[in-house]
Amino acid sequence: MLRARRRTWAVLGLTGPAYLWLAVAIFLPLSAMLYFSFLTVAPFGGREATATLKHYQAFLDRDFYQVLTWRSLQLGLHVTFWCIVIGYPAALALARHVPGRWREALLLMVVLPFWSNALVRVFSWTMVLREGGLLDSAVRVIVPGMESLDLLFTYDAIVIGLVHSFLPYMILTCYVSLQAIDGALIEAARTLGASGWVIFRRIILPLSVPGLFAGVILTFVPVIGSFMEARILGGRAGTLLGTVIEDQFTVVFNWPRGAALSFILLAIVLLILAVAWPGLRRHLPQG
Amino acid sequence: MQPTTKLSRWVPVLAAGALAVCAGVVHATGELRVLNWQGYGTDEEWAVQIFEERTGFKVVHDNFNSEQEMLTKLRTSPGAYDVVLINSAYTCDAAREGLIQPVETNLISNFGDLSSNMRDSPTLNCDGKAHGVAWVWGVTSFAYNTEKLAERPDSIEILWDPAVAGRVGWRDDPVEAVSFAAIALGQDPNDPSDLDAVRDKLLALKTQIRTFWSSEDEWNKHLASDQFDVATYWSGSASRSKTAFGLPVEFVIPKEGAIGWLDGLSVATGAPNPDAAHMFIDFMVSPEFYVRWDTEVGAPASANAAANAQLPADAFNRTVLGDPETVTRLHFMAPLSDDRREQFLEIWEEVKTQLAQ
Repeated sequence: MLRARRRTWAVLGLTGPAYLWLAVAIFLPLSAMLYFSFLTVAPFGGREATATLKHYQAFLDRDFYQVLTWRSLQLGLHVTFWCIVIGYPAALALARHVPGRWREALLLMVVLPFWSNALVRVFSWTMVLREGGLLDSAVRVIVPGMESLDLLFTYDAIVIGLVHSFLPYMILTCYVSLQAIDGALIEAARTLGASGWVIFRRIILPLSVPGLFAGVILTFVPVIGSFMEARILGGRAGTLLGTVIEDQFTVVFNWPRGAALSFILLAIVLLILAVAWPGLRRHLPQG
Repeated sequence: MQPTTKLSRWVPVLAAGALAVCAGVVHATGELRVLNWQGYGTDEEWAVQIFEERTGFKVVHDNFNSEQEMLTKLRTSPGAYDVVLINSAYTCDAAREGLIQPVETNLISNFGDLSSNMRDSPTLNCDGKAHGVAWVWGVTSFAYNTEKLAERPDSIEILWDPAVAGRVGWRDDPVEAVSFAAIALGQDPNDPSDLDAVRDKLLALKTQIRTFWSSEDEWNKHLASDQFDVATYWSGSASRSKTAFGLPVEFVIPKEGAIGWLDGLSVATGAPNPDAAHMFIDFMVSPEFYVRWDTEVGAPASANAAANAQLPADAFNRTVLGDPETVTRLHFMAPLSDDRREQFLEIWEEVKTQLAQ
């Protein structure tokens, strides 16, 4: 009895600061923004604000907001797809085929991009991707006489920049769950005559779904709201829901409209997760 | 190289300044807070130094990236600023909201030298009182890379010319975008009559635009790395790109006309140091400050006729903007209602969405 009570206090004491911090740092600003999204104007400097739904209505009335939302979702899908295609095999190789010391060195290289500023990374991509840039010059050395390769200010440039930014998340989350798979399971499968492909499909893949899922969430959700990479690398092709939300906050100071668009995006993300949840739950560890 | 020559030239001034500071601190101490675009004259290091030495006030800057941001800063931090730069199209809006106070023009010794059409412009004089001192004016039009275009374009239609398809830079700004299309269509950029035509004209930029730009710095980088051949631009910035950065740039005021703007300096409501604010404004509109700013750095045209007259005979601000025929082709920006601004924004967002696909 006493021990149970003590334990409750210990749990409260240990988790309390974290939840308090989450409440102050995330919940309060988010509630303020939710409140703003129902006002006519941002209530600063004595401007009269009244309650309205017009900013949410605007999303339904203007086709272009819906087009931009679809573009942002598509971008999220493309970036997540490439992160999986590149990141999952890399994590698999790291977790199961690379010996100890090399593994540490390679993992360090995976995290390395985190140590530089995101803006610096994106600006360096402009130098790589533009006509006459590093990539273009390299390709022309390998294939002389090829048409010049100019990727800067295209949709592909945004995808490349974002995949580079988010790949470490995918590799690390997949690595963690792949590395936790008990080697005895694989040996057992092998003694029962399972081929490499069958082992992958029946054991490794199902057991690594939690990591893959975490990686997908960590990539997809931030990407659909991204704006900085699109603005710098996308040029004319860089208009997304994220950049339009940014405009509302910084260019025209229509905070309510920007907030409403953000919450619509949030609602869409939650909806997607809700739809995907039943299918995913089967693969997640129970309890 | 440049810093050393600059420094050596200023040794005598520094010496004199040291004396002046000793005298200055006795009667005036404190901070003068200025709200302006970054790199727009008031924060020139040498100018701040001269002013600080003369008055003993320390000049502190805060910046904004759009007129709306400037208004928001004034609204949310009353009493935080002394001097604020306001595009004259917004001056009376700010005055009506009580964000700025009337200027005591008798404290501005250069006030009499200002061109009367700008000094007395109704956009700066709200309810019969001067709320802004006409400082500089300029043109929003386009500039081109002289190494890429053999001939100097004289029509705004160059921006829609297939010859520069995919080589056009465009500022990501709703009001400016609508104004350009209106000028090309022969409509009044301050009050376009046919917004559907404006939208279609902007949509026709789809094959033209290479990328958007949002700051002078970005513009210079894009031109230097050969990202566009012709791009919308501001006259003062074009002269800085040429003078300070040595870029092969020429600014064009096309035959169809261009957008004119006038920037004024105002005193914020509740300014902690209103006297210093007036002194600073007086220094800013003086020929002493302006001539050096334009010749060494590059500036828009001065609203001070006496200052313009002291520029070198070949200066852009004298030869082009000094030409009365050119000035008649300018459509000076007028105040816009919030509804109208919102309308322009929606057109621009819709167009940008189409351009992205």
